[in-house]
Amino acid sequence: MKWSKKHIISIKDFSRDEIDYVLKKSSEMEDRLSHEKTGSLMKNKILSNLFFEPSTRTRMSFEAAMKKLGGFTIGFDYPEVSSEAKGETVADTVRIASGYSDVIVIRHPMEGSARLASENSSVPVINGGDGANQHPTQTLLDLYTIKKEFKKIDGLRICVVGDLKYGRTVHSLTNALENYDVEMCFISPMELRMPRDSIKGLEDRGIKVKESSKLNIKDSDVIYCTRIQKERFPDPQEYERVKDAYVIDNSSIEGIEDKAIIMHPLPRVTEINPEIDRTRHARYFEQAKNGIPVRMTLLSLVSGVDF
Amino acid sequence: MKDKPKPEENLKIKAIRNGIVIDHICHGRALEVLRILGIGEDYTDEVTLAMNIGSKKHGRKDIVKVENRDIQTDEINKIAVIAPGATINRVRDFKVFEKEQVALPNEIIGIIKCTNPACISNKDREPLKSFFYVTCREPLTLSCKYCEREVRGLNFED
Repeated sequence: MKWSKKHIISIKDFSRDEIDYVLKKSSEMEDRLSHEKTGSLMKNKILSNLFFEPSTRTRMSFEAAMKKLGGFTIGFDYPEVSSEAKGETVADTVRIASGYSDVIVIRHPMEGSARLASENSSVPVINGGDGANQHPTQTLLDLYTIKKEFKKIDGLRICVVGDLKYGRTVHSLTNALENYDVEMCFISPMELRMPRDSIKGLEDRGIKVKESSKLNIKDSDVIYCTRIQKERFPDPQEYERVKDAYVIDNSSIEGIEDKAIIMHPLPRVTEINPEIDRTRHARYFEQAKNGIPVRMTLLSLVSGVDF
Repeated sequence: MKDKPKPEENLKIKAIRNGIVIDHICHGRALEVLRILGIGEDYTDEVTLAMNIGSKKHGRKDIVKVENRDIQTDEINKIAVIAPGATINRVRDFKVFEKEQVALPNEIIGIIKCTNPACISNKDREPLKSFFYVTCREPLTLSCKYCEREVRGLNFED
C-alpha cells in the first residue's frame, strides 16, 4: 500500500484494507494527540485550502488538523476571492497552489472537480467535497466514529435517514459500506430516495437493503441522519414540502436499542431536536471532533510522514 | 465479401462500386451511424440504408452503404459505442478489400459527453477529455471517470 503522494478523491478508490488501515492509524493519531506528540509531524509544511464553495466544518477541521501537525494553511474559502471569479480554470488554480504548498484540499460545487485537480497537481490532493458526488474524508471519519463505538463495522445494522438523493455524505458512506458485512436501511421521502445504482451496488455485494418512507429506526445500531439540503433543490416549493419530513426527537427514539448511536454530518437544521443532544445516543458532536485525528492521519499519510 | 448475401437481400440492398459498407449494426441504429458519419441531405453520392434485415447471426440488423466515402478511426470508435458488433467493409470496384470489426474499448475517451450538467467535464475551458469506463457491455453501461455517474443515453462530443 503506497500512501505517499496518493490523492484522496473518492471512497470508491479505497479497498477495504486501505479503509481499515486509515481507521487504525487514526486511532494511533488520536492517542498521539492526547499525549501532545503530533506538533512536529508536518512542521513547516503548507496546506492549501481551496474552497470554491463555503464550508465551515471541513475547512476548519483541515486547518486545525494541519496546525496540530505543526504545519500552516493558506487558501481561500469563498469563490468570490478565488481567481475562478476572474475566469481562471480550476486546473490553473490548482497548478498554482501546488507550486505554493505541500498538500491541497479542494471543495468545488462541480462533480469530478477533485479528480480534475489531482490530474493537474504535483502535490497530493484531498477531496473536501465535489458537488453531490464524493466527500471521502467525511466518510472515513464516519466509519472511524462507528468503529470507535462498536469496535467493529461488520455485523452492524445501519439506518440512513433524510436526503438520500442529494446528500454526498450518504453516497460516499454507502460506497464504503459495500466493503463490509452490514445491513442497510434507507429512510427518505420518495422524491429523495437513494440513487438506484447505489442500491444495486450494495445488493450486488450481497448486502441486505431495506427502503422505507416511514421513520422506523428501532432495529438499528447506527442511525445516520442528514439535512435536507435547500441549495440542492431547483424548486423551493419541493424543499418546503419535504424539509420537516423526518425529525428525530424524544418520541421518535422511544424503543430504540440502548447501544444505538445517532450520527449526523452536520450542520443540522430541524432534523434532530436539541433534546436528543442530552441523550446517551447522540454522537454527532463527537463525530465532528473525530474529523481532526482522521484528517491529521490522511494529511500525514499522503505527505509521506511516518508515525 | 466473405458472407455472401442471399439473393433476396441482394435485391433489397444495392452493391456499391467504391466506398464503405457498415454491416451488422444493431437494429434501429442505422440512422445514428449516418449521424456519426455526418451524412445528411447535403451528401450528394449514393447512400443505401437498410433496417431490420433478417440475419442468422444477429436476428435483426441494419446495414449502411455509402458510395465514395472512407471512414476515420474516430468515427469507427464512435460506431463501436452504439453498435459494438458492427463490421466495416471498405469496397473498391465492387470488392471488399479491407474488413474490420469494430471493438468496444474498456475506456472511452473524448468521444461522448457526460450527460450530467454538474460534471466538471462539461465546464468550459478546463483541460480535460471526457473519460468513461465501460462497466457493462450488455446492456452498455458507462461510468464517468469525473462525476462517477452512470451514463444513460449517449451524447457525442462535437
